[in-house]
Amino acid sequence: MKNLKKTTKQDFITYLAVILAFIAITVMGDAGMLSRSFKGQLVPICCYIVMAVSLNLTVGILGELSLGHAGFMSVGAFSGIIAAMSLQAAIPSPVLRLVIALVVGAAFAGVAGALIGIPVLRLRGDYLAIVTLAFGEIIKELINCLIVGVDSKGLHIIFNVSGAKTVNDLHMLEGGRAIIKGAQGATGTETIASFTAGFVLIMISLVIILNLVRSRSGRAIMALRDNRIAAESVGINVTKYKMMAFVTSAALAGAAGALYGLNYSNLLATKFNFNTSILVLVFVVLGGLGNIRGSIIAAAILTVLPEMLRSFADYRMLVYAIVLILVMLGTNNAQLKGLLAKIIPTKLRKEAK
Amino acid sequence: MKKFIALVMVVAMVMSMAACGASESSAPAASSGDAAAATFKLGSTGPITGDAAIYGQAVMNACQIAVDEINAAGGINGYQVEFKFEDDVADGETAVNAYNTLMDWGMQALIGTVTSGACISVSSKVYEDRVFALTPSASSTDVTAGKDNMFQLCFADPNQGSGSAVYMSANMADAKIAVIYRNDDAYSQGIRDTFVTEAASLGLDVVYEGTFTADTATDFSVQLTAAQAAGADLVFLPIYYQPASVILSQADAMGYAPTFFGVDGMDGILTMEGFDASLAEGVMLLTPFSADAEDELTKNFVAEYQKRHGETPNQFAADGYDCIYAMKQALEAANCTPDMSVEELCDALIAQFTSMSFNGLTGTDMTWGTNGEVSKMPTAVVIENGVYVTAE
Repeated sequence: MKNLKKTTKQDFITYLAVILAFIAITVMGDAGMLSRSFKGQLVPICCYIVMAVSLNLTVGILGELSLGHAGFMSVGAFSGIIAAMSLQAAIPSPVLRLVIALVVGAAFAGVAGALIGIPVLRLRGDYLAIVTLAFGEIIKELINCLIVGVDSKGLHIIFNVSGAKTVNDLHMLEGGRAIIKGAQGATGTETIASFTAGFVLIMISLVIILNLVRSRSGRAIMALRDNRIAAESVGINVTKYKMMAFVTSAALAGAAGALYGLNYSNLLATKFNFNTSILVLVFVVLGGLGNIRGSIIAAAILTVLPEMLRSFADYRMLVYAIVLILVMLGTNNAQLKGLLAKIIPTKLRKEAK
Repeated sequence: MKKFIALVMVVAMVMSMAACGASESSAPAASSGDAAAATFKLGSTGPITGDAAIYGQAVMNACQIAVDEINAAGGINGYQVEFKFEDDVADGETAVNAYNTLMDWGMQALIGTVTSGACISVSSKVYEDRVFALTPSASSTDVTAGKDNMFQLCFADPNQGSGSAVYMSANMADAKIAVIYRNDDAYSQGIRDTFVTEAASLGLDVVYEGTFTADTATDFSVQLTAAQAAGADLVFLPIYYQPASVILSQADAMGYAPTFFGVDGMDGILTMEGFDASLAEGVMLLTPFSADAEDELTKNFVAEYQKRHGETPNQFAADGYDCIYAMKQALEAANCTPDMSVEELCDALIAQFTSMSFNGLTGTDMTWGTNGEVSKMPTAVVIENGVYVTAE
């Protein structure tokens, strides 16, 4: 370990922590020590972790505020569901179908990211935030118009712009089934997502993002964040590196979306609204901009928290908000930081940074 | 230092909140816990916060009334009943979490879920776990499709849409109809689809269709002006009460006074906070329950509900109340005991529900098909002087 670079060492600690957490949870789950409520949340936690980590690439590493991250999740979720459901007959193995769905989800979301990135990344600061927000909403509205079914002849897709079309307009053959029913969303989805798949997805996104950040391209991306003019002056291609970060982020969000979509038998496009984008942004900000490990912890804790607060009954979300404020205050409080510094030895803290 | 004090105060606030939260939720558990060791544990999930909160609260309150009545009268087969309600904000993910929380608690049968979208997500879990579920109000056909242990106490969406069309063709055959619906909502779109199909086959004249989404549910002047311009004298609103209240206010402000016709989502409009209930005068809606019915059962329920919660119960409350009593009837007929496993209870209840006939607040001689859908008669009511009156 001595001759490893400091950053590499840090990355390995992150991987190791995630692997250990996975092993611990699996062992405890097998031993029956976990509640159903917690087990049921494992897959969404994995999805939100990947969402937070990927958004951190855009917001923390690239330094551009994106408010439309849920839009990419939505694209990934619905394309993943279509892929998994239409291949139901052709590929009986659910694991293989899940892998294909995640790849398809990532690919479609990546393409959407590229399409949106070309015009959007020319903007800066607040303008970029507003336009990504709009794109997130547009994606939601488009998916609301989508009606998809599958029968022995293959996929049937119509685009219900007038709002007057229904599943019957697909004119499917006998035995055909609807996958997405417009506003009613994807219903009757076979739930094939698993915690193991979620863990693998987290590991893949970590490898991709951490390696990207430590690479030459990653340094170029961070240079753009820190000082765009200086970066340009040394010959860094602004559009190329911005697109690289943005599309990677979108594709990973798409894979997370596909996993999320295949975990519930019903999924509505309205689930991926502005609030979900903000929720993921909160994970990133609370975990620390640019801090991948922080994003993972924040996403996991803040997903479990509302469920743990169920004993507060009606005051649940109020307490949740207060806890958020407390964490914000606490992490920025000099006295608390000083207190932590006294308790935790300096060497340990340096490694954790 | 100031910040530190603020921090301490916030902590204190959370603690006090925890105290009242805990005391509130432990109160009903304590009262039923000391009765007998073995109890039937029934659970339910629905939105008690957020946009659709009125539905969840109505179901929760009414179920609690029914459970208290049953316990006071000696329970089911001599066993007391415990009831627990969890909030799901009408969201699929939260609903599944709430369901899992209830399963951790030891729930033996589910009364729920209250809203359609959330219920579809929960219903697939229910099917996997072999837990018997009876939803008071999730009306989508996807809720019951392909699941033998999932039953509905309310009408399925297609029945509401076609039921409305049949009623209109029988009573208002030459009306010019406008439909305003929310096209990003499963419930609204589902009813609109079956309504329009049925209306076309019955020869009804649909002159205008307007849509809105969750984000545009604050202004309906465009849709109302278009409906007025198209000459519509009957506006069909297969939507929830919240946007409907905005439509009624805006139509009133622009002096447009057609007959408004709603379905069960319209129920709850009279008790909505901040809405002038006089604007709802003359609104018609299709509902299986009206609080002014003269039978003994309804009168007692309405009186008890008013006593406890200070408002007239809506159809969702009646559905919830009926769910508990239907469950009681089935459990008694099958001679179930709380020590039976969840699977055994599920099989026994399926056998009972598909063969029994139930009389409740929301209808008499209700029966269930093997597909889980209920058959009962809807009645049209009209709002007069702030109460539902059965339309002739």
